[in-house]
Amino acid sequence: MANVISDETIDYVGILAKLELSDEEKEQAKKDMGSMLDYIDKLGELDTTGVEPMSHIFPVQNVFREDIVTNGDDSENILKNAPGSKDNMFMVPKTFE
Amino acid sequence: MDILALSAVELAKAIKAGETTAVEAMNAVLAQIDRTEKEYNCYVTVDSDRALRKAAGVQKRIEAGELDSPLAGVPVAIKDNMCTEGLLTTCSSKILENFIPTFSAEAVLRLEEAGAVVIGKTNMDEFAMGSTTETSYYGPTKNPRNIEHVPGGSSGGSAAAVASGECFFALGSDTGGSIRQPAGYCGVVGMKPTYGTVSRYGLIAYGSSLDQIGPLCRNVTDCATVLECIASHDIKDSTSMKRNDTDFTSALVEDVKGLRIGIPRDYFGEGLDSEVKEAVLGAAQVLKDRGAAVEEFDLSLVEYAIPTYYTIAAAEASSNLERFDGVKYGYRSDGANELHSMYKRTRSEGFGPEVKRRIMLGSFVLSSGYYDAYYLKALRVKSLIKKAFDAAFAKYDVILGPVAPTTAPKLGSSLSDPIKMYLGDIYTISVNLAGLPGISIPCGEDKNGLPIGLQLIGDCFNEKKLIRAAYTFERQH
Repeated sequence: MANVISDETIDYVGILAKLELSDEEKEQAKKDMGSMLDYIDKLGELDTTGVEPMSHIFPVQNVFREDIVTNGDDSENILKNAPGSKDNMFMVPKTFE
Repeated sequence: MDILALSAVELAKAIKAGETTAVEAMNAVLAQIDRTEKEYNCYVTVDSDRALRKAAGVQKRIEAGELDSPLAGVPVAIKDNMCTEGLLTTCSSKILENFIPTFSAEAVLRLEEAGAVVIGKTNMDEFAMGSTTETSYYGPTKNPRNIEHVPGGSSGGSAAAVASGECFFALGSDTGGSIRQPAGYCGVVGMKPTYGTVSRYGLIAYGSSLDQIGPLCRNVTDCATVLECIASHDIKDSTSMKRNDTDFTSALVEDVKGLRIGIPRDYFGEGLDSEVKEAVLGAAQVLKDRGAAVEEFDLSLVEYAIPTYYTIAAAEASSNLERFDGVKYGYRSDGANELHSMYKRTRSEGFGPEVKRRIMLGSFVLSSGYYDAYYLKALRVKSLIKKAFDAAFAKYDVILGPVAPTTAPKLGSSLSDPIKMYLGDIYTISVNLAGLPGISIPCGEDKNGLPIGLQLIGDCFNEKKLIRAAYTFERQH
């Protein structure tokens, strides 16, 4: 396998992805990502010099609309889905001491 | 009258004519679900009380003459990645195990406005990531044609529900083949429209630049009718397109004279099962006999579609799935006493292995130092793939090929080797990269009785050519 993923890389990706992996999961992730990148490296066979990256199929530019409120206050129902809420707000564990 | 034998459009006509009612139709579907659901597992959620209540409401409006649409009173199944107000929506993930949306997806609303009645929510690969419906947190769906085989994915629950009479039609979503491939494996008709034709508002995003909602149906007429109903320009989806040509049922014409059909040689090479090849080429012959001009050509770049897709889809997924953090909805890990570790634990416990694999890959290809080499490179290749299709559609109206290299694989045979599973999407994936419409229709069976799917691909905004060709084939087949 051409792409060898280091422990540092997988830890860094874990931080970006906000995932906490067990040692076993980390080893599997290193293998999986290595083989996926080997596969993706196939794109290197193509000369794309001068080709613009295409993010959108159609030439759609920024789409604007008037910022008008069309829905009513649904906070009660929305908060019903929250794992924690208090005083009409989302509640989370403490963020600092 | 055997209600379950009717197509969606036939059922609506029978209801309108007073031969049956929306409530009878819903009861027939619910009884079928009672009989077969334990074996097939097409649904994550069936809310029969809600379904019967809504069916009764619709029946009243039909009788009062307030509802006259070709889908009025017809029970529909919705893939579980589309929000439905007041009805559990899980994306087949643990992380949304308790999420009750406060609004409905635009496509669902349009169906409800037309009098279709939601039965429940169909099983899928977790967050639509997979090709077999085996990555669902709620267990795999089985192929009603042979329960030892997968139904395909990710809209496997929708395809299996249509194939087994557990609904009259269903909505699915297609990011890399997720409507067309399960339709092919289950022997039903599935269509992915041109990108931007159906609003993505309320569709829980996977790869936003590739995702499109579309119908899975018993026949081409139902498919065109449903697409006509759900197509709309929606200011709530900034990528939705303004189109004036969405009268898709006008293309239900049995005539392909002069239609130019191209068969890409690259779709018939190594890896294609010989029975699939024979059935698909047989379908081409049927259209040729009806007056279409059929010839082979070289599409090129086919082998680059899958690596391009997985780079782009993983990148977009890693970004789209950041919202699942245990704050506003869904699962929250109770093992954390600090915010940052709550995010991490919630996500690590809430997502399954395939979703984590794609989030990790996506985070990597977007990370500083690798963004140009992987993500931008993939967007450049996407541009080349689009150009290859442009060149093909300068010569042909329709591209014809298989939906997948084989018929439905056995349960449990795909997940151990992700790249092998990804290769099963080789004929469907480039259609999403280029934003094109594609339809999958049954064209035969293999020696084990498993359905074979024919795929027709059109240029952007050319669904009508696909519908005309598919309808003609269906009538001849």
